[in-house]
Amino acid sequence: METSSSRSVTGSFPVKRGLAEMLKGGVIMDVVTPEQAKIAEDAGACAVMALERVPADIRRDGGVARMSDPEMIQGIQAAVTIPVMAKARIGHFVEAQILQALGVDFIDESEVLTPADEAHHIDKFKFTTPFVCGATNLGEALRRISEGAAMIRSKGEAGTGNVVEAVRHLRSIFGDIKKIGTADSAELFEWAKRLQAPLSLVQEIAETGQLPVPLFCAGGLATPADAAFAMQLGAHSVFVGSGIFKSDNPALRAKAIVEATTHFMDADVLARVSTAIGAPMTGIGMDEINQRYAERGW
Amino acid sequence: MEPKLHIGVLALQGAFAAHAQALRDCGAEVRLVRTQEDLNGIQGLVIPGGESTTMSNLLVASGLSEVLKERFQHGFPVFGTCAGMIMLAETILDGRADQISLGALELDVRRNGYGRQNDSFEQDIVVHSFETPFHALFIRAPVIEAVGSDVEVLASWGDRPVLVRSGNALACSFHPELVSDLRIHRIFLSLVENFSVTNPR
Repeated sequence: METSSSRSVTGSFPVKRGLAEMLKGGVIMDVVTPEQAKIAEDAGACAVMALERVPADIRRDGGVARMSDPEMIQGIQAAVTIPVMAKARIGHFVEAQILQALGVDFIDESEVLTPADEAHHIDKFKFTTPFVCGATNLGEALRRISEGAAMIRSKGEAGTGNVVEAVRHLRSIFGDIKKIGTADSAELFEWAKRLQAPLSLVQEIAETGQLPVPLFCAGGLATPADAAFAMQLGAHSVFVGSGIFKSDNPALRAKAIVEATTHFMDADVLARVSTAIGAPMTGIGMDEINQRYAERGW
Repeated sequence: MEPKLHIGVLALQGAFAAHAQALRDCGAEVRLVRTQEDLNGIQGLVIPGGESTTMSNLLVASGLSEVLKERFQHGFPVFGTCAGMIMLAETILDGRADQISLGALELDVRRNGYGRQNDSFEQDIVVHSFETPFHALFIRAPVIEAVGSDVEVLASWGDRPVLVRSGNALACSFHPELVSDLRIHRIFLSLVENFSVTNPR
């Protein structure tokens, strides 16, 4: 049969961004064992994040948080058929090289781990594997995109079970996108300066009214209502970290959060799936924590 | 002016927004489908890429799976891309034991048959009825390993079919919604148009 002779291209930006597009409308769940990964897949997670400790435990234990043991990541890859993500420390491009060699589907350059470089993030264009990075505001999001991130997630405050910071970050990002939409062409130069972001990306936002890559919500989501809240605010998907496996009944809660993310506009469904799923993680207030992970990253 | 075609895009999870945009660019009226009620008044359905296991769960939970199987048996037009094609295939290889099929196409499809994300690729492919190649994105794509006797292969890459049709069901292993080329969506809309002539709403 006749086929085209052009060569296949792997690792291009459209291919990376394509996977981010496929994860929209879904829930990405933090898991620390193959058993948890199976529970997540059973519940309908669209991907899992393989890590050694969930953020709530990293927060409790202190010390240096690093990339996970490859053996643990491979165990999770073997346990599920859905995409497997894993975290590298900010700036630690060798951890990222290892994660790419392991064949993870997405690398999270994450502030939840202890930063490895105080000035530089990873040059993500050098990798075949797509990257997701956290952001607290539009400038941070655009800097990460200019470094090659194929997906942005609002940072929120991981491991707290408190949605307030994620909401602050989403509102800040969407608020500035709206304002840029009404700016004239001369004002865009000032926006680029103020955001410390490339002018070309600011101009693109002015034209399209959205980020050039999908924007997911992370950091503190603990209930089906939290997930639907993030979606109604405009997030394309949600990451749920400690919120599932630090709750009373992870399997039930995971399934409920998946349904809430799909049917985020349907209050009857939200009421049904929020019923009788056991207690959520306890959570902590922002004035009770001594380390804000969201402040990591530059 | 001809009345607009009303197309549903299954929006349980995945790349539904990109499909909705492509269909609007073709001039169709689009509705996102999450419940059985959302099917009322639509003339064809697109099942997007995403995670087939997630969609399978949500199809069962919403009661949509039985309704859709019934519709597809009666020739209701459907277009599945990537995970959407997996949902339509009669035989799913490397799936989960509890994964459902909507059984609209006599295909054997292997999930992630082209590999993990690092193996995802862009490739120009030849579609038999097109004058120029189509630029295709394959993302953790499923492989069509076998096709039934009534399945027409519209495009292949290497030795594998990548775009197939049987009756009013169209499917591909790649992502036409991620490029600006609307030719494959137009093939689907012509199936919908022909079906609607004989089966008015």
